[in-house]
Amino acid sequence: MTVNERNGSSASGVNLEFRNATYGYEAIDVVQDISFTVEQGDFVALLGPNGSGKTTLVRLALGLVNPTRGEVLLFGAQAHRFRDWHQVGYVPQTVEGIHTQFPATVEEIVSHGLYKGFDPTRFWKLGIPESVRISMEAVGVANLRKRRISALSTGQQQRVLIARSLVRDPKILLLDEPEAGVDAAGQEQLYSILRRLNTEDGITILMVSHDIGAVMREAKTVACINRTLVFHGPAHHITQRELSDLYGLPMDVLVHDLMHEHR
Amino acid sequence: MPEIFQYDFMIRAFVGGALVGALAPALGVFLVLRRLALIADSLSHVALTGVAFGLLTKTFPPIAGLLATSTAAVAIETVRLKRLMPGDVALAVVLYSALAVAVVVIGLAGGFNVDLFSYLFGSILTVNNTDLWLLAALAAVVITFVVSFYPELAQSSFDTDLARVSGVLVFGVNLVLAILTGATITLSMRVVGVLLVGALIVVPVMVSLRVATGLRPAIGLAVAIGIGSSLFGLTIAFYANVAAGGAIVLTSVGILVLTMATEYVVGKVRA
Repeated sequence: MTVNERNGSSASGVNLEFRNATYGYEAIDVVQDISFTVEQGDFVALLGPNGSGKTTLVRLALGLVNPTRGEVLLFGAQAHRFRDWHQVGYVPQTVEGIHTQFPATVEEIVSHGLYKGFDPTRFWKLGIPESVRISMEAVGVANLRKRRISALSTGQQQRVLIARSLVRDPKILLLDEPEAGVDAAGQEQLYSILRRLNTEDGITILMVSHDIGAVMREAKTVACINRTLVFHGPAHHITQRELSDLYGLPMDVLVHDLMHEHR
Repeated sequence: MPEIFQYDFMIRAFVGGALVGALAPALGVFLVLRRLALIADSLSHVALTGVAFGLLTKTFPPIAGLLATSTAAVAIETVRLKRLMPGDVALAVVLYSALAVAVVVIGLAGGFNVDLFSYLFGSILTVNNTDLWLLAALAAVVITFVVSFYPELAQSSFDTDLARVSGVLVFGVNLVLAILTGATITLSMRVVGVLLVGALIVVPVMVSLRVATGLRPAIGLAVAIGIGSSLFGLTIAFYANVAAGGAIVLTSVGILVLTMATEYVVGKVRA
């Protein structure tokens, strides 16, 4: 199958599809029989308690792990065979380089997003392209461009990683708990960036989150998983009962926790 | 002309030292950033096994060393890819297996002798033109690799998953990096010795990661510190009549300590 044929299937408007996706090791399924689709332009929040398989689902979507049963289709192609990576932006929860005194500057990291395959002349290209500058400005990190990535706060690092994804001009952006470790002001800034990317630029967003309040406010669609898919539908259709079942706690406790986190 | 440049063996030592001083940190930057600094230690012991086989079979020891380290590099990277065991454990298993084989083979080859010591601790007197030509050829390959595959090396050092999702063939890059590291260690043995070459892969990089801003400047600074340590260490070794490998590594460690002390003092003054 050629790249173009693969892209053809995205005309249907489906960016990502889980078909009975199951993944596990040593006979224990981490996620089981997950089926849902992510349409072009949607803003999907993936909710679930710790250890519910949220990150695994993202890794399946990106083809970083192969489903043990079922299928995961990214723009119509098997995710682990997908090659058309410029369509996909990924913002992991943490990157390995943050912990190793990684010396690269913000603009270097954002420039990584330009990668389009083997190019032996890249080493000598020291200039920063316009697209990198625009992406840094879009997430408010242009003023940090000469700073080392490892010297930034968690919130700033998250925004740099988002800028790195945006340089690729992606159709879909996958984020794994981007608000983790970010202060309240930083979270508000993050959500406003995601809102703008989704509504103005039409970028599909799939975001793993543990912030129920923000999810209810920002997301169009919610997928709740706890190993299996517990709920999938419009954010305002989810009931307190479903949330309580998901987390195994009464809703007032969850809301109380939420208030506590945001205080 | 100063006395030091009147000896052919010192000229050869300087050329060899400069090549090793440049090669080891150029690869070391990417190993340290991947937290794979220990791969240098493991591959050193594998190289020693290769040398022992070379001495036993009376073949040119570096050839056996190259074969052994390349095989080990493929094995280590495959284990890491398949996640058969944690990365640090895999390196430890390779290190001790290699050392065990080396001990057995050294015994069969008639025990420790001068030849073996020249590989263990380096011996500038024995660095010959063949060693230098091999090192120069390797330097050409390593520079070509680091420059041509710079984006792939940079991305996969920053984050493996992010690199894969950007379309980087991480396994291939890692494999070549490990094989070239093995080759560098093997060919550096005569200059600094198998037990000390790992220091030149790690220590100059530790200094540059503390100081440099930007990945390219960090590579450049690490290489400069590596070359500087080699030349300075060799000069000390010549005049003080001490072991060259030790003097080279101690010079680089001295630079690291000075850097950390300066950071500490500057931090105190600013605070």
